[in-house]
Amino acid sequence: MDTSIQTDLETFRTETRAWLEENCPASLRKPIKSAEDYFWGGRNPHYNSDDQKLWFERMRDRGWTAPTWPTQYGGGGLSTQENKVLLEEMAKLQCPTPLFSFGLSMLGPALLKFGNEEQKAQYLTEITQGKVWWCQGYSEPGAGSDLAGLQTRAEDQGDHFLVNGQKVWTSYADKSDMIFCLVRTNPDAKKHTGISFVLIDMKSEGVSTRPIKLISGKSVFCETFFDNVKVPKENLVGELNAGWSIAKYLLTHERSMIGGIGDVRNEKPLFQRAVEALGLENGKLSDPVLRTDIARWMIDQEGLMWTIERTTDESKAGQPIGAKSSFFKYYYTEQNKLKYELLMALEGVDALAWGEEYNDGKLARDFCRTKGNSIEGGTSEIQLNIISKRILGLPG
Amino acid sequence: MTLVINEEQQMLKTSAAEFLKEKAPVAALRKLRDENDPQGYDKNLWKEMAEMGWASLVVPEQYGGLDFGYVGFGQLLEEMGRTLTASPMVSTVLVSTHAILLAGSDAQKEALLPAIGSGDLVMTLALEEGKQHKPTKTALSAVKSGEGYTLNGKKVFVLDGQVADKFIVVARTSDSPGDENGLTMFLVDAKAEGISMSQTPMMDSRNAATITFENVQTTEILGVLDQAFPVLNKVLDIACIGLSAEMLGSIQEAFERTVNYLRERKQFEVPIGSFQGLQHRAALMYGEIEICKSIVIKSLQAIDRDRKDLSRIASMCKAKIGETIKLVTNEGVQMFGGIGMTDDEEIGFFLKRARVAQQTFGDYNYHLDRYSRILGF
Repeated sequence: MDTSIQTDLETFRTETRAWLEENCPASLRKPIKSAEDYFWGGRNPHYNSDDQKLWFERMRDRGWTAPTWPTQYGGGGLSTQENKVLLEEMAKLQCPTPLFSFGLSMLGPALLKFGNEEQKAQYLTEITQGKVWWCQGYSEPGAGSDLAGLQTRAEDQGDHFLVNGQKVWTSYADKSDMIFCLVRTNPDAKKHTGISFVLIDMKSEGVSTRPIKLISGKSVFCETFFDNVKVPKENLVGELNAGWSIAKYLLTHERSMIGGIGDVRNEKPLFQRAVEALGLENGKLSDPVLRTDIARWMIDQEGLMWTIERTTDESKAGQPIGAKSSFFKYYYTEQNKLKYELLMALEGVDALAWGEEYNDGKLARDFCRTKGNSIEGGTSEIQLNIISKRILGLPG
Repeated sequence: MTLVINEEQQMLKTSAAEFLKEKAPVAALRKLRDENDPQGYDKNLWKEMAEMGWASLVVPEQYGGLDFGYVGFGQLLEEMGRTLTASPMVSTVLVSTHAILLAGSDAQKEALLPAIGSGDLVMTLALEEGKQHKPTKTALSAVKSGEGYTLNGKKVFVLDGQVADKFIVVARTSDSPGDENGLTMFLVDAKAEGISMSQTPMMDSRNAATITFENVQTTEILGVLDQAFPVLNKVLDIACIGLSAEMLGSIQEAFERTVNYLRERKQFEVPIGSFQGLQHRAALMYGEIEICKSIVIKSLQAIDRDRKDLSRIASMCKAKIGETIKLVTNEGVQMFGGIGMTDDEEIGFFLKRARVAQQTFGDYNYHLDRYSRILGF
């Protein structure tokens, strides 16, 4: 790499670390335990603490809720490398992400690529300022893995679309202000070509939500119903009937995000948790079978982290990532499920507690939740289909 | 440090691939096997490889080497794995050169390294004594007598032992089998009195030897008396990583051949690769291979950077690559179906090479255990 760029990056690192040290409140510098620990933004924002509010505002004012987005929309305008440095320094100091939102991770990238100038100016700015809580409306009861089979209709009524139908697995729909949605605008076209991408205000007349209770006992997902909902025409993103390409782009993005989530750098290594839970016998974990399983998991996990690193380097060197995001989505989620199987095994009967008096049964509930990892965002089987067709070039 | 190879490394990789495809394809190995070649590899070809600098790639310039680094060396090994090229690369360069570099005196380095580099000297490590790789269990005894030592015992699975000019013999000079302390490396001439040898052709069509030492005299110690273990450990770490790079080449080649077959072979009027039952298994292998590629290049870098946790990384590498080559060669034979069981089809050569490579310098179980021990659990 160019040495002057390298020097600039080191200067950026030093300055960033100093700024984070000074501006990130000490009370926030601890590992994030669950999604509720984040600040999610929205029209009626909820802060867990004054420090959380302060941290969000400071980062927002620096453009660092969306570090790589253009500054004109309230982003930080950082390069990929600078962003990597920022994330590394935040991880070292255990600074939490100041704003967690599907606007940042999913809608934003789609708008940056497919949105018109008015849409970008309005929605991207709202997202970086944490003003709107977005949710995603893709799946339907009859359209899961076969997403393009979706049936929610949007009829052209001249000055608006009239939307009717039902979405499912809309995360936090009951708390969201807006939803980005795939709808069918041409029922006569082939299924991939009659879909459009629209933005709908959740406060519109005719929108209702119902939480879904999961096997973990929690309800972060909802069903969302649209009953004669009027949606302004300007809320269409991209061309009419060309929503599938946006959906595919977004799914790829979502997969790479799911594939990269879970900052493991601050986490205690699995073998240490095992030693604490089960103890050593003659210097070896007292359960020899778990010892093998844990070593195997750790090797695969480090291999995965190195593959993310290698792919990032290859992408910088001009080699496209393409369908590789399907591999990351597959491998990461399968590893995460396996990790929870191992945690359940090494905590034994303690892991089975479900009630409030036992940390609200956190491990058991989290374990149940991981089973969804390989279903949401495209099942593991769909990822394997994509790998075999788009990477390996297998027919059919 | 970036995980993308640089232009020089890429050039070596490309030219090696072309050379090997032309001069040493799998068909060449088949020919050596069918002719019962006692050498086990093509001597002239090895000389040619040496002339291109392949036998001195990682040796410092002062000993006539190219100082090219391990990431670069790994590219060469990977290409040799693709063609299953039989040569003394592992025994002589990957292992012996490093033992000499890490433990040898200046005089030993000057005497041996240029001769290895020119392709004239073949050396090998005589280490294993039992069915499984357990370096500390070494029992072959070396007892002080006069100026030198007298060696008694037996070594098995000595790679290229039948053609080596010199052995690096790991012997016990004190303590007892199981102890790290008390091991010494000796340089022994292959023609020394008291050595008897039986050639043991292996399933991968390469050769190894069982060597018996009966009152063999030697005066030449490589390294420090009783303290060979730390050096041996590092030599084996490097050997595991280098061999893994070779295995990665075999893995990729076997996998690509299998995927091509899935595209071409028709049953029920369609390519069998259109069946999801096979597609998903192919996609799973693809993923494991991606992980292996990252582990191998990281491990090669770990040697170049002299990382403190090299042993942990080496065991991680050998374990993972060993498991993956097992998976890919098994699936390869299965997916080729009946034809995969025939000697005519080359996929079986990959299966048979895989099993030897898996066992060499410790198998999956050995390295998974070692990885855990190093971490303290």
